[in-house]
Amino acid sequence: MSKNLRINNKHFVDETRKLSFTFNGKKLYGYKGDTLASALLSNDIHLVGRSFKYHRPRGIMTSGSEEPNAILQIGNDDALTEPNVRATEIELYDGLICNSQNCWPSVKFDIGGINNFLSPLLPAGFYYKTFMWPASFWEKYEFFIRKSAGLGKSPTKQDPDMYDHRYLHCDILIVGGGVSGLMAAQIASDDNKKVLLLEDKELLGGSLIYDDSDISKIDNQKSSEWLKKLIDNIKKNKNITIKTRTSLAAYHNYNFLLARQNLTDHLSVNDRNNKIRQRLYKIRAKKVIISTGAIERPQVFHNNDRPGIMLASAVKKYIDYYGVRCGLENIIFTNNDSAYETALSLHKSGTKLNAIIDIRDNSSSEIVKQVKNLGIQIYWNHTVVDTKGYKRINKVTIMKLNDKGNDVIGKKIDLNCDCLAISGGWTPMVHLFTQSGGKLRFDNKDNIFVPDKTNLDQLSIGSAKGDFELDDVLKNSIKDTKKFLNIENSNFDKIDVKCSKEKEKKNIWLLPSDRPLSKTKPFLDYQNDSTAKDIKLALREGFKSIEHVKRYTTTGMGTDQGKLANMHALGIVADTTNTNMGDLGTTTFRPPYTPLTFGTIVGRNVGQFFDIFRKTPMHEWHVDNNAKFENVGQWKRAWYYPKDGETMHDAVQRESKAARESSGILDASTLGKIDIQGTDANEFLNRVYTNAWSKLQIGKCRYGLMLNEDGMVYDDGVTTRLGENHYLMTTTTGGAANVMSKLEDYLQTEWPELDVFLTSVTDHYATASVCGPNAKKIINKIFKDLDLSDESFPHMSFKEVKLGEINCRVMRISFTGELSYEINVEASYGKYIWEKCIEAGKEFNITPYGTETMHLLRAEKGFIIVGQDTDGTMTPVDLQMDWIISKKKYDFIGKRSLYRSDTVREDRKQLVGLLTDDPNEILEEGAQIVKDENKKPVDMLGHVTSSYFSPTLKKSIALAVLKEGKQLKGQKLLVPMIDKTIKVTVSDTIFLDKENERING
Amino acid sequence: MFLISCPYCGERDQSEFVSGGEAHIARPKQPTELNDDQWAEYLFMRKNIKGIQFERWNHVHGCRKWFNVARDTSNDKIEKIYKMGEQPPKI
Repeated sequence: MSKNLRINNKHFVDETRKLSFTFNGKKLYGYKGDTLASALLSNDIHLVGRSFKYHRPRGIMTSGSEEPNAILQIGNDDALTEPNVRATEIELYDGLICNSQNCWPSVKFDIGGINNFLSPLLPAGFYYKTFMWPASFWEKYEFFIRKSAGLGKSPTKQDPDMYDHRYLHCDILIVGGGVSGLMAAQIASDDNKKVLLLEDKELLGGSLIYDDSDISKIDNQKSSEWLKKLIDNIKKNKNITIKTRTSLAAYHNYNFLLARQNLTDHLSVNDRNNKIRQRLYKIRAKKVIISTGAIERPQVFHNNDRPGIMLASAVKKYIDYYGVRCGLENIIFTNNDSAYETALSLHKSGTKLNAIIDIRDNSSSEIVKQVKNLGIQIYWNHTVVDTKGYKRINKVTIMKLNDKGNDVIGKKIDLNCDCLAISGGWTPMVHLFTQSGGKLRFDNKDNIFVPDKTNLDQLSIGSAKGDFELDDVLKNSIKDTKKFLNIENSNFDKIDVKCSKEKEKKNIWLLPSDRPLSKTKPFLDYQNDSTAKDIKLALREGFKSIEHVKRYTTTGMGTDQGKLANMHALGIVADTTNTNMGDLGTTTFRPPYTPLTFGTIVGRNVGQFFDIFRKTPMHEWHVDNNAKFENVGQWKRAWYYPKDGETMHDAVQRESKAARESSGILDASTLGKIDIQGTDANEFLNRVYTNAWSKLQIGKCRYGLMLNEDGMVYDDGVTTRLGENHYLMTTTTGGAANVMSKLEDYLQTEWPELDVFLTSVTDHYATASVCGPNAKKIINKIFKDLDLSDESFPHMSFKEVKLGEINCRVMRISFTGELSYEINVEASYGKYIWEKCIEAGKEFNITPYGTETMHLLRAEKGFIIVGQDTDGTMTPVDLQMDWIISKKKYDFIGKRSLYRSDTVREDRKQLVGLLTDDPNEILEEGAQIVKDENKKPVDMLGHVTSSYFSPTLKKSIALAVLKEGKQLKGQKLLVPMIDKTIKVTVSDTIFLDKENERING
Repeated sequence: MFLISCPYCGERDQSEFVSGGEAHIARPKQPTELNDDQWAEYLFMRKNIKGIQFERWNHVHGCRKWFNVARDTSNDKIEKIYKMGEQPPKI
């Protein structure tokens, strides 16, 4: 590599700091300040990847986030490797390793390149059309399609990096640290506003900072010199917070914005240790100023995608900013004046410029005059019709345009080059503006969409608004910012700007060729390989909406989201259908503006911090005693306590046997608890539960069922009357928060006249539930003075007692069917009272049991679990719980719905019991129940909701919901499984102790 | 992400609130007097309009109070916030 591509000049790279990196296995060098792209170009490497569909060789095309081709795999570590990184955005660091994607065996010789020759067989919608038939073959096709689709490799190991989230608030948020953004920041800060300035590059200044021309002047100084002074002032300004390497990802309503800052991606891997990799800022701004600038458009002509074909502005930046020549034999192809700046930069750096091809007839501007004076050959009214060079452009063929610009005439002229700088004009970056809900307007003069209407307090300035010439950019930015901030005067008011003004404009979306369109490849979307032909095909096939054309041709659907492709696609659709582009509209701009890593999105919420979890006061005891836990809502509940290598089944059988034969103990602290007080508390309970509460005496408990207004079961639980106007309601564990919200809702909005106050006390009390034939003896050992006789302390009653200094609320209620006491104490005594019960119960083999055994015990008794045996479509009648619906009450939540035409249907699904013909066969929960397996389609009669093996009954039992279940008792039905069909008989829902005798011990 | 001015606490982020659907649908005082159609009208029928919609919001991670919001569904602009029991504003 003896070519002299790096020019010695005063540039923004630090030539004293040489960095090594590896590209496709080859060791190369660049400097601190380079991007990976500029470092590759300085090594004369243009070819970096293959295109997605045709596997055509592709080179670096741009110098920014719009890059469609130079997307590389960075790193070779299983955990840290990152696909689809734009070489134009990543800063070079020492030891960087990168590889080309989408090519095999190598980027220089790629087998997939054969697709290029098959391209007539691969039109738009090829995959949709080809791989649909026969449908059953899809799995086979998919395997090969996925194999050949090449957008890099995901890391296979867990991301070891650390990410962070932070909130920021400001008066004025300025997005983009180019000249207009910097001026706006200064103006706002002079008005004492708190300013937050975001810049996605490492340095402030935008494109003006490296502008070296003598044509534009600000206050009689070179514009870049003037800008450097402004930047120095802004850096010293305490009102302005600057975040560099920070790109705005999303602009949401109410000026809520997300920005991502890269903190370590520019450091060598060894320097990243223990540092946060990326930070996501969640920003609330009172006002937002968008100064994101514009991106240059390519031109659309045959073979416009070869390595060495680049945007003119990128060629200029590589020379003026990085000091890198992109080629030694350059040609410029343009339709506007801005590419002449590139011509001047090439000339000034002593780089050969062979010719300029301009589709316009002439240009009378100052800058073009200067270029003409340099003696550079300009082909006016010409277009490129073809290019040559497989892995690097080596020739362009040009022809003269006819008067209408829709055909070419005359002789072909061949020109040699190794770099073709193209410019098709500029597109304002309106992404953020439209993301925020703003509406665009089409400007016919410049062929651009510009910001128009918005509901938010925001302003677009500079080229993001459609101003491209320096005097317009500066003067309009000052004027608009002052108006936006309601300021009379600024220090910039007398600014003097000199620049070249463009007078002649011409734009042709699809340039004509000497060949028929079908024989050309004019690319629009380089990454997804969609061409102008594909757009026209989509239109011929009847796709009219631009959103449909986009999806059918996949134009703009690559990782660059069509930043380069979309305008030409719109232009060609508009031309072909004879529509005004403003009427056609654009496709939707969606966040994020550039891709975000998952790590940035989740921040610190990974691993144990993914979601909060709640522990009961007895949690440690469960851990110490080998409990397995299950998640119930956010709670960790003891599930079962395996002993000596027991399986879950073994443990549950042992636990439930102990509870029935002697005693068991359950941590019931997670049940929702709501303290209800007020003179209307009783009336309130009457309105929210289906049953009657008026006669509940102080010291008594009652089970209640709560419905939704649509008549469906919502929650259940036992409520205790603690005092005249004081109740304690319990809810299901998972439903606690929703029940509380629902009750508050009714109180505040429907019944504000009721004197009732609700307080959630779930976390305030711990509950130990002791059950079994020996429960009374255990409780008696703990509370020696408490009268536990059935007369004094019957089932469904409550007593308040003291254990030393501890206030205990003891309730005799049962969810297992056994004699059972629940002891409620203040949470901090939870573990103490639990251990006290264990100690007292030792002689009775007291056995801690988890939620699984609890479910089994209650199922033996036919007690429902809301959310397991119900699913929001079950009424109390469906559950065969008619007894709990008060006939006397005039109204309660859901009452009217219990006799809607739908809820009184006889053939609704109803809760039943199921017994398997083989008592050892345990049904699967969720299994479908049918009558006739052979009927097609088979009628689904219902499904199993709860299923267990009962050690007490020595057989399998199940609860199920079944169509017309009440009528089907004794019927034989079938439960077909994948490998067998299980025969079942419909039974009663209560399997054990129908007479309720065990409740008394 | 909206900013919502709770009438009791002031301006807060949307993440502190939950929406409770359309406002000003009073629960009938005598549901038993209603036929199925009338009851269904209360139970199921909700407006989904483009423009000003009156809806209920709850400051669930704050003061837990319910209140009313007049929101333009076409741009999510909150035109008015008023307490429970107050009449909807004319917009």
